[in-house]
Amino acid sequence: MTKSNLTLAEKVWNDHVVVKGENGAPDLLFIDLHLIHEVTSPQAFDGLRLAGRPVRRPDLTIATEDHNTPTIDINKPIADPTSRTQIEALRHNAKEFGIRIHSLGDIEQGIVHVVGPQLGLTMPGITVVCGDSHTSTHGAFGALAIGIGTSEVEHVLATQTLPLKPFKTMAINVDGKLRAGVTSKDIILAVIAKIGTGGGQGYVLEYRGSAIRDLSMEARMTICNMSIEAGARAGMVAPDQITYDYLKGRVHAPTGSNWDEAVKYWDSLATDKDAVFDEEVFLDANTLDPFVTWGTNPGQGVSLNDVVPSPDSFTDPNDKAAAVRALEYMDLVAGTKMKDIKVDTVFLGSCTNSRIEDLRAAAAILKGKTKAANIRMLVVPGSARVRLEAEHEGLDKIFLDFGAEWRFAGCSMCLGMNPDQLAPGERAASTSNRNFEGRQGKGARTHLVSPLVAAATAIRGTLSAPADLEEN
Amino acid sequence: MEKFTTFSGIAVPLQRSNVDTDQIIPAVYLKRITKTGFEDALFASWRNDPEFILNDPVYKHASVLVAGPDFGTGSSREHAVWALRDYGFKAVLSSKFADIFKGNSGKQGLIAGEITDEDTQKLWDAILANPGVEISIDLVQRTATLGDLSVEFSIDEYTRWRLLEGLDDIGLTLRDESSITDFEARRPNWMPKTLPALGAK
Repeated sequence: MTKSNLTLAEKVWNDHVVVKGENGAPDLLFIDLHLIHEVTSPQAFDGLRLAGRPVRRPDLTIATEDHNTPTIDINKPIADPTSRTQIEALRHNAKEFGIRIHSLGDIEQGIVHVVGPQLGLTMPGITVVCGDSHTSTHGAFGALAIGIGTSEVEHVLATQTLPLKPFKTMAINVDGKLRAGVTSKDIILAVIAKIGTGGGQGYVLEYRGSAIRDLSMEARMTICNMSIEAGARAGMVAPDQITYDYLKGRVHAPTGSNWDEAVKYWDSLATDKDAVFDEEVFLDANTLDPFVTWGTNPGQGVSLNDVVPSPDSFTDPNDKAAAVRALEYMDLVAGTKMKDIKVDTVFLGSCTNSRIEDLRAAAAILKGKTKAANIRMLVVPGSARVRLEAEHEGLDKIFLDFGAEWRFAGCSMCLGMNPDQLAPGERAASTSNRNFEGRQGKGARTHLVSPLVAAATAIRGTLSAPADLEEN
Repeated sequence: MEKFTTFSGIAVPLQRSNVDTDQIIPAVYLKRITKTGFEDALFASWRNDPEFILNDPVYKHASVLVAGPDFGTGSSREHAVWALRDYGFKAVLSSKFADIFKGNSGKQGLIAGEITDEDTQKLWDAILANPGVEISIDLVQRTATLGDLSVEFSIDEYTRWRLLEGLDDIGLTLRDESSITDFEARRPNWMPKTLPALGAK
């Protein structure tokens, strides 16, 4: 079993094969952790009921409410009846099938991809699934974490396994040192701009190199989170001391001899020296600028110091047509400086950038500053616990003094399933992950940015980097 | 699941790349807890535009979608497949599908057939030259045929077998239940457990 030319992803995969697929059949993989939320699970539970099947491993399953939850007045009944029904269905299903649930008002409630790591349930070397494409977030720990559809949710509930086709491996090598004001969000936006929204299709990405090693766990989560935006099946970072330090002491992290045994195993997971990736991509961290999107897919991004590109600059006819369409939807003219783009709303939140470090980084810039008059700013912590932690540190006061709204935890304006939406034509600088047409509200225009760019933009009213503040 | 072998229906050209699942079905329609009845939600935002191709009466009853590359990117919502299926689509042809969308299609008996960019263009040209024309999808031969034009599509061999046989994935997996039980007995102790809940009360 001790081959010495395997990648991290291959090692985790191999250690979870229940039945090896033959004659083109997929491998059957065991799933160590199944995260559930209200949107993609009701039909799966219905399927179980119809077939008379139980949940095989409630002890490996956990539910929380995030997509539909309001971020104000959470002590009142949810106003939208369809949102309320969906959340009530999750509560009912959790009770009926014996699944632990963290409901609105609970300290562990929040965005499912913030909750798993915060509880210490997400660990290196495990398989994680969730009926949500941003499950890739958990790969930051060296877990193989895959977003799945509702039929697969039902499959995992019933069998705790998933038939999966083999994948290819891609190394994303990021070496060098990030300059001040440049973050992991900028790395991943630059990667997606480089390889495209379909560039990772069929691959598990492994983020490697000195710039990745230097990142905190939360910054690594931001990168892995957006692997799906490059079309990848998963994104991973090999575990190291930073991973262990983050995990140790969390309520569900192993303790005592289990911890020692786990670390010994986790230390063996790093990609072998002789392993060969199917594809390699290189990015220089030293020269990276803050990155922002100008279009309607996450691959349509440029340096914040750049201009809105001309459709003629694209050689691929599909890219060119997509650019024409995107500029029209975004109401942008090629050649406009990105920094001249005026925004209406700044959203700091989502499973990409709503953790305590994101809030701290933004608050450090906003402290003592005044909000641009034209701006509305929403700060939505990733979980109730993050909100509480921020309040302990006085961050809520900084946001409120600045003129931002301090909200309760959830997915919120990332996709606007709750009332937090943009109006038609409204333009946002958003720390979320998707700038699709209508994603944040019908007719809404989204620029994806880092928390630092979000904060600087809220001060200046136009897309800005923290460095631009010093010039004033 | 019903067995799928061959099918003929009206083809519609969707000449766009990066058709993400937020476009196929906007998030507002994901609040339903049923698994059917999503036909009204399909391309809901684009269908407000009278110029949108599905609003052309010729394509109203289309059942084969021929789309640009990177179809089904973004959110994992299986609702995207349900909406296509409920509208009446039996197959989508594109040069590139997002992985999760492709997987979801296979579970619901929607054919996601991969064709070359060149063949995509040929099909678009042929359909636009003869709007309302029928296309035949043959899962046995893996061909899409429109008049004299026949193109090959690729689909994962296992998914194809399952669709041809009409087999349910969970039923297939449960044939291996003893292997799952054996595997569970071998799992190390440090692995995460959600129950009992620890920490905050």
